[in-house]
Amino acid sequence: MDAVRERAEAHEAAGVTPAWRERLEGRVLAPLSRTSRVYYAWIGFLLVVLAWAVATYVHQLQRGLIVTGMRDRISWGMYILTFVFVIGISHAGTLLSAILRVFKARWQLSITRMAEFITVVALMVGGLFPLIDLGRPDRVLNLIFYGRWQSPLLWDVFAVTTYLTGSTLYLYLPLVPDFALCRDRLGKEAPRWKRWFFSVAAAGWRGTPRQRKALERAMNVMMIVIIPVAVSVHTVISWIFAMTLRAPFNSTVFGAYFVAGAIFSGVAAIILLMAVLRRLLHLEEYISGTQFKSLGLVLAGMALVMVYFNLSEYVTTGYKMEAGVPFHFHDLMVSYLAPLFWFYVLGGLLAPVLIMAFPKTRNVRGVVVAAALVLVAMWIERYLIVVSGFRVPLMEYQARPYAPSLTEWSVFGGAFALFALIISVFAKVFPMVSVWEVVEHRGPEPAPEAVPERRVIPVPLPAPVPETGAAEVSES
Amino acid sequence: MASMRGLREVVARRRFLKLTGLGGAGLAAAAGAAVPLGRLLGRSGTARAASDKRLRRWAMVIDLRKCDGCQSVGKAPQCTEACIEGHYVPEPMQWIQVYEFPLEGGGTQFIPAPCQQCQNSPCTNVCPVGATFQTPEGVVLIDQNRCIGCRICMAACPYDRRFFNWGTPPQPPEAWAMKYMPEHQTPAQRGTVMKCDFCADMAGAGRLPYCAQGCPNHAIYYGDLEEGVATNGKEVVDLFRFLSENAAYRLKEELGTKPRVFYIPGYGQSVGRDPRQTGRKATVWPWKKVTKGAETWTR
Repeated sequence: MDAVRERAEAHEAAGVTPAWRERLEGRVLAPLSRTSRVYYAWIGFLLVVLAWAVATYVHQLQRGLIVTGMRDRISWGMYILTFVFVIGISHAGTLLSAILRVFKARWQLSITRMAEFITVVALMVGGLFPLIDLGRPDRVLNLIFYGRWQSPLLWDVFAVTTYLTGSTLYLYLPLVPDFALCRDRLGKEAPRWKRWFFSVAAAGWRGTPRQRKALERAMNVMMIVIIPVAVSVHTVISWIFAMTLRAPFNSTVFGAYFVAGAIFSGVAAIILLMAVLRRLLHLEEYISGTQFKSLGLVLAGMALVMVYFNLSEYVTTGYKMEAGVPFHFHDLMVSYLAPLFWFYVLGGLLAPVLIMAFPKTRNVRGVVVAAALVLVAMWIERYLIVVSGFRVPLMEYQARPYAPSLTEWSVFGGAFALFALIISVFAKVFPMVSVWEVVEHRGPEPAPEAVPERRVIPVPLPAPVPETGAAEVSES
Repeated sequence: MASMRGLREVVARRRFLKLTGLGGAGLAAAAGAAVPLGRLLGRSGTARAASDKRLRRWAMVIDLRKCDGCQSVGKAPQCTEACIEGHYVPEPMQWIQVYEFPLEGGGTQFIPAPCQQCQNSPCTNVCPVGATFQTPEGVVLIDQNRCIGCRICMAACPYDRRFFNWGTPPQPPEAWAMKYMPEHQTPAQRGTVMKCDFCADMAGAGRLPYCAQGCPNHAIYYGDLEEGVATNGKEVVDLFRFLSENAAYRLKEELGTKPRVFYIPGYGQSVGRDPRQTGRKATVWPWKKVTKGAETWTR
């Protein structure tokens, strides 16, 4: 009991007054009990888009992949590149809630929940694409009956399913205290099934020191375990390309390059989701300029990492100009794919760095613009990798053009509708901010307008909990 | 180009040979043994050991000095057409395709390219379900009953020699009457990959592949690296001497795929072709009646 009282006192000293806490919980839990009409309209819209996509997919099942823009010489297109892109987005969660946690950063704690949701939902949606791309989806179980571990495609299956399992667990663990909070706080205004769900999901959480210790320990283990899994996922996804004998894919940096690209696009995705949810759920107090600027800097840093990888790739292959490379470079930089390529370079790599370089644009709006540019540019980058790789003629023939068909665009749109739908539904069932972690580690933040020029330094806090002491002490 | 009737005769003869296991003259005579089909070694394909228990290692030599892209006969390449007729290859696939490559000093050469039957085959390496595999004889085949249509083998093949059934493949009615085997990929299935099967079943039965039979200039030799013989249907050659003395090469040797298809450099000079005379006639698919709901596409 002493520990509990001490902690409460420490929090009080850091500004975690009961009133502040009340407000935080109220804000975060509000969407779980009240639902507006606009929400239902939005869900309806997403369902319509999704239904259209399902209808086009059924059409594809009936006529075969001839309804796509793919053909023998560009045998992968929209579906595989979107798979690469969407799985890349999933790295947002890992970066924010595992990598940054390992480095004991704290500014991201109010957004880890959203990032982890992005991870899980992106994996669920992205994992569908290789199945949609199959010529014989009815035989998908052959992957289990006859699976060959020598095939990079099977590595993908293992990696993505492992990552999905691990990140679902890692999403659930920090949710437990919040489920308990929902169980205790939500009254009659919440539907009955929700209250039942929260009491089950809270798994008997009472916040006793023993429970806290167990949770802390489990999270520490998962935090370390999930990082190599995340890295392996995008590495083996790059290997479905790098294991082939095509000049543009013939690269040893592909694994690292794909992982960097994944984190890059993941950060962009979390910034956009953050911007939307903080407006809709009125979380401005907890998701403020600090988070945007910090993530903006991560984004700019990752842009520079991408520049480095692209330079390594193009300078080494361009210097030698082996067979296929001249065509590839010409295609990419001067002719067929040049508009997309230069959009990627200028809009996706240069723009975020410039936006973050100038204090005038280094604000929430600037960061959101940069993130939107990066997200589009990274999808284009995946497009360029796949399409330009397949375009290099292997024998003496005219390179084939590729344009996604209406079916492919529809399925693509459907995937984003599904993504938005799952997030929207989750936002109504799960607290989108990790309340207990914000309380535990952060305390109330001064209003953003009070200190506009604040630098990205974690708020120093006294060590409130003895068992997590090591992590805390080094901060102060 | 064979008429429909001629085509059916080819099938009938082919099936007869398969059923009885009777070999023709040609290669089998040279090899000294014609072994019946149907001795299946599990699912890894058919292995027909010779009477001395040696496994065949089928190989092909294409003498480019004799290949003029069928300019002299005034038709589309006959190897391709014979293959299409023999296997009911759906349009627009050309399991053996005659590419026209530019020559260094101007003009062109014709290179007929079947599946290169790589011994370090990139396609079988990457297949997630083992649908494409190598037989003990070294022939790369596809089991279309197992293929899931992921097309990673098409990404892996550096020779553009794999074909996907994007829609319902157009085939003549006869194709649908045939019993499916990986060695003879009819009837074709939508959503699966196909390619040249090297006619290993025919070789085992003592007959040359359709392409070698169809070539009017006898440019295609087929033989056995184990026995060291090959034939184009007209002459039998000592395979190793033939390769060395004519400085044979393989396509994209630097990739390390170790193909079993060898080329003897040339531009059709033995059959009087002028390299500056370019172009070949377009391949046509002979059947008019096709599967219901079938579609064609461009590669």
